[in-house]
Amino acid sequence: MDSCATAQKLSAKDYKSGVKPIWCAGCGDFSVLAAITRALAAMQLPPEEVAVVSGIGCSSRIPAYTSVYGFHGVHGRALPIATGLKLARPDLTVLVTGGDGDGFSIGGNHFLHACRRNVDLTYVVMDNQVYGMTKGQASPTTAPDWEGSKLTPDGAGINPFHPLVVALASGANFIARCSSSDPKNVAEMIVEGIRHPGFSLIQVLSPCVTFRPEQQDWKRMVRTAVVDCTDDPARAARRLMTDDGFNVGKVLYKGNREPFRAEAAASFHVDELEAGFTVGG
Amino acid sequence: MGGKTVSLVIAGSGGAGVVTAGSLLLEAAARAGWYAYMTRSSGPQIRGGEAASMIRLATEPVASHDDGYHVLAAIDWENIDRFAAEIPLRPDSVIVADPDAGEIPAKIAAMGARRVGLSMKSIAQGIEGGRPNMVALGAIGAMIGLDEACMLEVLREHLRRKGEAAIEASIAAYRAGVIAAEGFPAVPRLDRQEAPFPERWSITGNEASGMGALRGGVRFVAAYPITPATEVLEWLAPALPKVGGVLVQAEDELASINQIIGASYGGVPSLTATSGPGLALMTESLGMAVAAEVPIVVVNVMRGGPSTGIPTKSEQSDLNIAIYGLHGDAPHLVLAPTSVADCLFTTQWAVHLAEALQTAAIVLSDQAMGQARAVIPRTAAIAFIGQREKPEAAVQAGEYRRYALTASGVSPMAVPGMAGFAYTADGLSHSESGSPSSQASHHGEQLDKRLRKLTGFDYGEHWADISGDDDAEIAILTWGSCTGPAREALSRWQDSGGRAKVVAMRLLSPVQTDKLDAALAGVRRVLVVEQTHSGQFHRYLRAHYDLPGEVRALHHPGPLPVRPGEVIEQLSHWR
Repeated sequence: MDSCATAQKLSAKDYKSGVKPIWCAGCGDFSVLAAITRALAAMQLPPEEVAVVSGIGCSSRIPAYTSVYGFHGVHGRALPIATGLKLARPDLTVLVTGGDGDGFSIGGNHFLHACRRNVDLTYVVMDNQVYGMTKGQASPTTAPDWEGSKLTPDGAGINPFHPLVVALASGANFIARCSSSDPKNVAEMIVEGIRHPGFSLIQVLSPCVTFRPEQQDWKRMVRTAVVDCTDDPARAARRLMTDDGFNVGKVLYKGNREPFRAEAAASFHVDELEAGFTVGG
Repeated sequence: MGGKTVSLVIAGSGGAGVVTAGSLLLEAAARAGWYAYMTRSSGPQIRGGEAASMIRLATEPVASHDDGYHVLAAIDWENIDRFAAEIPLRPDSVIVADPDAGEIPAKIAAMGARRVGLSMKSIAQGIEGGRPNMVALGAIGAMIGLDEACMLEVLREHLRRKGEAAIEASIAAYRAGVIAAEGFPAVPRLDRQEAPFPERWSITGNEASGMGALRGGVRFVAAYPITPATEVLEWLAPALPKVGGVLVQAEDELASINQIIGASYGGVPSLTATSGPGLALMTESLGMAVAAEVPIVVVNVMRGGPSTGIPTKSEQSDLNIAIYGLHGDAPHLVLAPTSVADCLFTTQWAVHLAEALQTAAIVLSDQAMGQARAVIPRTAAIAFIGQREKPEAAVQAGEYRRYALTASGVSPMAVPGMAGFAYTADGLSHSESGSPSSQASHHGEQLDKRLRKLTGFDYGEHWADISGDDDAEIAILTWGSCTGPAREALSRWQDSGGRAKVVAMRLLSPVQTDKLDAALAGVRRVLVVEQTHSGQFHRYLRAHYDLPGEVRALHHPGPLPVRPGEVIEQLSHWR
């Protein structure tokens, strides 16, 4: 990108790469990809100053579909990669994308500690309650009686994980839920998440039309949340604990914790550290 | 046991001040112009518990322990017999023990050393504020000929904050020990050294690895504590911010390895330190660093394995996982320091190589050098600093190929912030542009280039440390902390008229067949020396190299170190 191009206004298209997604027709992730590029265009962020980091899964393919810097890591480790990148390069805007299996199962421990550490990252989780890339197994957000998987033909039999409650309890500084059926709203949530300091979690209900075809009904089931955003964790907890998972479109919680930053100011030359080893010095 | 070196053990139960006494002796010896090597052994208790400081002092630099100890000073005997195998004594050794502390444990008595009584406790009780460990220290100082002025200087400095009374009490107790040792049996006395002495450092291998990392340019470290590697990270924690770097404590080793991959992708040379169990957790992501060509360094301070093994004691048994542990064909660097001092150079070199070759480097240190403290000649700064090749600004927008097939195999690596070079780093097989691809041609050509960049690189003379007789027919092949005893055996072998050479391999992967062949030209007998149960190093050599003539293998597991005498015993078969 030369200096002339950066002077012009960038559109969502400028944040897309030419790589064709591997997703099934009708997958919710197309809208989320569109929402991400729309959000970046809305903020006019120079593409070279943005990085999208992911793990493994259908939605984790997103980095290669953008024109910004990307990292498609190993399964479950997107958050640590993003944490290292942001702490080493605080000048960058770092987004993390992935699915419910990647984020809440294999990556569950990192999810807890990313919320707790509160590094300035924006984590967009495309939740479809299924492992799609491996052809349909129960994920941590799948209902216990879902019998659609050969791996757990009688249902997983365990209660689903509630990511937003866990995020709140773990210290996330920004919590929102939205639906891939409204990409404009998803883009707005992403912009807000990027602007809010600290760790922002955006859960996007993003149907898997192949392994969970019944999720096509989600667009009719979701409703715009009636309550406004709060900065009171106790209120947010009550709302989230009584929520059926279909209240979307709004930021549910915005905290005011200072983000974790690693301060580094070079005041020494490396050779000066040698003095500590000198005998009798 | 010659007169240029003396080996001592100070042992006692928790709170007896064994560790303090060892550190003070090391510091005083350093000021007297001597060199030193000290390790510690302790019981499994988190705090307190029996402990032993094993110290070797010498007029020349020393890299390992001797075959046995000249003096065992036991402040008491609580559970000290657990260390018996680690503190071999001989009939001419001297046990200095407090008669009031009871019988000498059978396992220790069975080694047949001479015994002298030193009433440390009652002597200390006669001095207000006096402590038995200082009395023991005084006796040791007198026995080995330590200049008292050096010890008093150290005591004054060490106790400055505790006030004049504490200093006087310690000095009085030390002097009482000196007086009480009159008439004790002789042990080697070290020659006094002429001041001024060349500048010396007191440093542990773990600190040296930390310093090497910084000298190599590391400015991001992710840390998850694990024995015996934690001190690498704890030394770096306050040091990094001073030089503009960052250290983050991660939630587990999966996070620490991925944090450094993320930071390095951002252009900052990055490192973590761990030990066997942590390395096992990191292997998947090490493979990703290889595939995505992100430079990183992992310092693995080996301990006894498998599983939790013996966290506090040394073994070389992570060689296999370091070289072969990654899934797929994943060429990477494995390096091993050859001494406490060399932890600095090898870690620094590892950073340089990882950055130059855009790959993962594992530095195989071990507990015996990582947690050993040595007094060494000051290590001169060398010029190796990590330098990553970046793309030229002239590349047209959209034409950047992150994984371009170059002659060297190294492809210029953009970092975020460089406009026009955005790419996605990927552990998926990919084409030159970085786009995921499952095509056979892409897979093959990327595997080729990742191998080519490692095998085609000129590692110069640093691949091994070679000492001894150039034209020897006997070669000792070894690595890591077995290098010290191997070199000591070499010197004894030479003193007794033998000829041999020691080849201590620093670069274990990629293999350096031509270089080892050249080093072994004319050699007819090879002795392989390592500290593993199964002979991992021997098998590695057999798999990759042609060993000439007759081969003997000396290998045993930790925690007992390989001692010079064991090496000599093997060589003696060829006398």
